[in-house]
Amino acid sequence: MSANLINMLLEATGQTLYMVAVATVIGAVAGLPIGVFLACSRKGELLSAPAVNKVLGILVNATRSVPFIILVVAIIPFTRMVAGTSIGTTAAIVPLTIAAIPFIARLIENAIREVDSGLIEAARAMGATPLQIIRKVLIPEALPGITLGLTLAVVSLIGYSAMVGAVGGEGLGDLGIRYGYQRFMPDVMAAVVVILIVLVQAAQSLGEWIARRVDKRAPRNRGA
Amino acid sequence: MQSDTLAGAAITFDGVGKSFDAKGGSVMALEGVDLAVAPGSITGIIGRSGAGKSTLLRMVNGLERPTTGKVMVGGRDVGTAKGARLREIRREVGMIFQHFNLLASRTVRGNVALPMEIAGVPAAEIRRRTGDLIARVGLEALADRYPAELSGGQKQRVGIARALATGPKVLLSDEATSALDPETTQTVLRLLAEINRDLGLTILMITHEMAVLRDIASHVAVIEGGRIVEQGETYDIFTAPAHPTTRSFLSGVTGVTLPRFLADRLTAERPGGPSREVIRITFLGERATDPLLAEMSAALGVEVNILAGAIEEVGARPFGNLLISVPAERGAEARAYLESHQQRTEVLGYVG
Repeated sequence: MSANLINMLLEATGQTLYMVAVATVIGAVAGLPIGVFLACSRKGELLSAPAVNKVLGILVNATRSVPFIILVVAIIPFTRMVAGTSIGTTAAIVPLTIAAIPFIARLIENAIREVDSGLIEAARAMGATPLQIIRKVLIPEALPGITLGLTLAVVSLIGYSAMVGAVGGEGLGDLGIRYGYQRFMPDVMAAVVVILIVLVQAAQSLGEWIARRVDKRAPRNRGA
Repeated sequence: MQSDTLAGAAITFDGVGKSFDAKGGSVMALEGVDLAVAPGSITGIIGRSGAGKSTLLRMVNGLERPTTGKVMVGGRDVGTAKGARLREIRREVGMIFQHFNLLASRTVRGNVALPMEIAGVPAAEIRRRTGDLIARVGLEALADRYPAELSGGQKQRVGIARALATGPKVLLSDEATSALDPETTQTVLRLLAEINRDLGLTILMITHEMAVLRDIASHVAVIEGGRIVEQGETYDIFTAPAHPTTRSFLSGVTGVTLPRFLADRLTAERPGGPSREVIRITFLGERATDPLLAEMSAALGVEVNILAGAIEEVGARPFGNLLISVPAERGAEARAYLESHQQRTEVLGYVG
């Protein structure tokens, strides 16, 4: 494999990491409040607002039911509005983020729902406001679950990022398609696959390691 | 912590009812509950599951609202309080739970600090008081451990320290010892009694175990089907239970059951021919330890047969429960003698 190819692989890896990182961070920042709200706004709950909950739920489902490759193309005008262009790696972050937000919101919603309702009751009995309950009880207690959820999101986004070549986004997936497939360079294809496997493994291991660190539910000597 | 800020507050339930919406109408969980909890007392509410005791307890800090009637704590109406006013009342009412409800993500210290963080207490003050509270429940050595590393009894101690953090006037105990083994239960109950004595705060506890109340409660209310069927001082409830529910709760606790071979032969009517009357005697107060039966036997010349019995304590006051039999024709005479010595008697039946 030539030095040129190795450079291309390195560059593509950087682009993939860049897209996934930015999409994950924005997705988490936007997904967290949505997820918390989805978890707490059903009838009779902390922020009881069943109608808003329903509408938001439908919106989240709608976004999630569009196949990613369709989403990329369908929101091109929106991408152009946000990124100034609809082509290139930075532009590709827009559809990745749009896909990440509802996904992460659902994952956070699930993690928060797992928190024992007895803790909410205890906090209410202490005179906590709903916002205090969310900040001091629900999010810290759900943190192991949230961490694992974000790990899952990162792994999925690495997969999604391979499709953004359709709008001129670069990265490992794009490299694999253009060189490995269209130019019949099986060594490039193999290298791309190996790097993707390594990235996913690393993301998964890191996520699980962090989740273990923040999880105080079991004694530390339980063993890994 | 200064005990002078922690005087107990009175709790009153005035005609309290609660109905829940259910399929095909509403279900009455509580009906016409009148109950006055004296400041500084330890009052126990006992009932089977589903009797409404939990709903009743949760009204004191507004986790449940009454459908009818009024719930007052320290002169303030909890039932109608909302928002900031309700949260202020809640800070004066601590609560401990059967399953502890500690945050797994926080250490002992962090859990005890939580109510103060919520109340906006300055950080330095939180640190100081957290240390005091942890010392009070005897967990200094475990202050930086997580709940998962603690035993049930230790977790409940954290729960108690946390409940005391905002200097409440009332402590609510929701089956706080039901998940603990008997020995741990005793240590937790002792701690609660100590807190009640030292800080003078009112403790209202619900339980399904009469033994828990015998050990620390000064007053007892028995709840059945959403109504209070009997209430009074613990000693009176234990020595003279009036309601069948109370008796059935007591039967496992006081050692007064008739031996099986006699219970099977017992008849309510006096049979023809020679028979013996079975009498339950409740010895009260100091007389509980007097040799009254021997005296009676000598005075009346009645032959007394002791079938079962026990001397127990409610709080620190002893009472005895004895089942005896005497010849049926002398029964009235024997009971009159005992009553004249301030003992309670009850005819359980006859054995032919």
